[in-house]
Amino acid sequence: MNIYKTKKTIVDTVTHIILIAVSATCLFPVFWMLSSSLKTQDQIFSKMTLLPETWNWSNYVTAFIKADFGQYFLNSVFYTVVGVFFVVFISSLAAYAFARLDFFGKNIFFYMLIATLLIPIPGVFVPLYLLLKSLGLLDSRLGLLLCYISNGLAFAIFLLKGFFDDLPKEIEEAALIDGCSRFGIYWRIALPLAKPALATIVIMNSLTIWNEFLLALVVLQDKAKMPIQRGLMVFQGTFITDYPLLMAGLTIATIPIVIVYLLMQKHIVKGIAAGALKG
Amino acid sequence: MKITPKEKLSNFCFIVPALVLFLVFSLYPILRTFQLSVFQWNGIDKDMIFVGLAQYKHILFNNPAFWKSMWNAGYVTILSLTLQNGLALLLALLVSRNIRGENVYRTIFFLPPVLSGVVVGLIWKFVFDGNFGVLNHFLGNIGLSQFQDFAWLSEIKTALSSVAVVHMWKGFGYGFIILLAGLQTIPIELYEAAEVDGADAWQQFKNITFPLLIPIFTIVSILTILGSMQIFDLIYSMTRGGPAGHTHVPITKIYEYMSNGEFGYSTAMAVIFGGVLLVVSFAQIYASKRFNYNNK
Repeated sequence: MNIYKTKKTIVDTVTHIILIAVSATCLFPVFWMLSSSLKTQDQIFSKMTLLPETWNWSNYVTAFIKADFGQYFLNSVFYTVVGVFFVVFISSLAAYAFARLDFFGKNIFFYMLIATLLIPIPGVFVPLYLLLKSLGLLDSRLGLLLCYISNGLAFAIFLLKGFFDDLPKEIEEAALIDGCSRFGIYWRIALPLAKPALATIVIMNSLTIWNEFLLALVVLQDKAKMPIQRGLMVFQGTFITDYPLLMAGLTIATIPIVIVYLLMQKHIVKGIAAGALKG
Repeated sequence: MKITPKEKLSNFCFIVPALVLFLVFSLYPILRTFQLSVFQWNGIDKDMIFVGLAQYKHILFNNPAFWKSMWNAGYVTILSLTLQNGLALLLALLVSRNIRGENVYRTIFFLPPVLSGVVVGLIWKFVFDGNFGVLNHFLGNIGLSQFQDFAWLSEIKTALSSVAVVHMWKGFGYGFIILLAGLQTIPIELYEAAEVDGADAWQQFKNITFPLLIPIFTIVSILTILGSMQIFDLIYSMTRGGPAGHTHVPITKIYEYMSNGEFGYSTAMAVIFGGVLLVVSFAQIYASKRFNYNNK
């Protein structure tokens, strides 16, 4: 019995050593970003230390005001909040209809939607660029938002339809007999019941829109409209060696994501699992 | 319940916003990709010159840079499939052993996947910097002073592998989470029964864990292939395809041709690349069908 116990302790210790080593590898670059964001440029160029010699919080003030990161940050908040709101509203309306209502061409639309989820479409940004150009929406907030919203729809509709399918029909039928309209049922009964699925959709789309870069690169030229991921590349291209300010900018772009991640971890894991096992 | 045509029409209103956005911003661009790919067009002129499949032919037979970019993405993909997913599997197996701090490890391993590609790329670009990067400083400290001033991302020999390392650093937590979820669905009774029958740890892994994990491992592998082949943000933020085109991947190539105003040519490339991915995607549908079947 003692030998068995000793063996288990050794195995556990080795396990923890491996896990801690990998954890350190995961965390160090993020720590390095934080630490470097508080250093002076002189210190970056002359002396390598784990922590800053003096904690230069003023880097963040400079980043926010002089380096436009405040503007980029607000733009990202705008795209994320408005984009997620419309994804949730439009997809839940459609998902409810697909789950409960009868209308022309129902199956064809649904399978087309699912097909875009399963078929990878690389390089679709080329025709999107031309489309926005001909609509006069190139380099506009609306153009980028429309791309973001339509990108999020298919997965959200797929997830929500599954959820609505599993809800019991009896409550809705009772409400229908009481004279509630179809929209009223969707708004007052189905949508509140779908909160867990909606939470997953909100979190997943927030992460996707906040982190999106390629479309923002293709659609936007005007700095005043850029989200933070795009702004970071502009800053990096202009002030190539201003590492403390760049790291401060990276931190500003990362903090909201990390907070959402730590608070909403469960929903993210659920969303990942649903995404991986779709189809 | 009978439904009148009028009701059908009002029901239809529920999907109108989704349908309009889908048709205009998803379906139309897909169809437009095919249409543009048979024209030579700079996006400005009124006239589009019909060239048939000439651009496809040129990409496939006269454009070594395209094949180079495919190979680069393939290289990153192969490394991810083996090293990254191997690590993800090992960690998932270790964490699923009911060890202390499971939640902490899980939270930490999944941090890199939630960060944006641009943020990760720019942090690591700084880490890899020849003069001021912490990597060379660390290597110097452990006695490898030959790497002093070595610019990892500007050297032809190391640029692509360096980006691949970052890609794997960012990606392994994703496979880890899915595999861990899969491991936790395996009923504990199976292991208890095996223990009663005298099976050791290796036999349990070989006869229970491994066969039950195959479908999920397949899905993780396919997602890895699709994700790695379509790598863009990391490349763009770390090397922009350089040095001298040695880290170009298909998406950076398509973007480059588009930026040069070769809209027809870039869409033809997108169609070819999409065809390659489609094959992988069908495998995904097949694999997830099998997984659902096993679950029932």
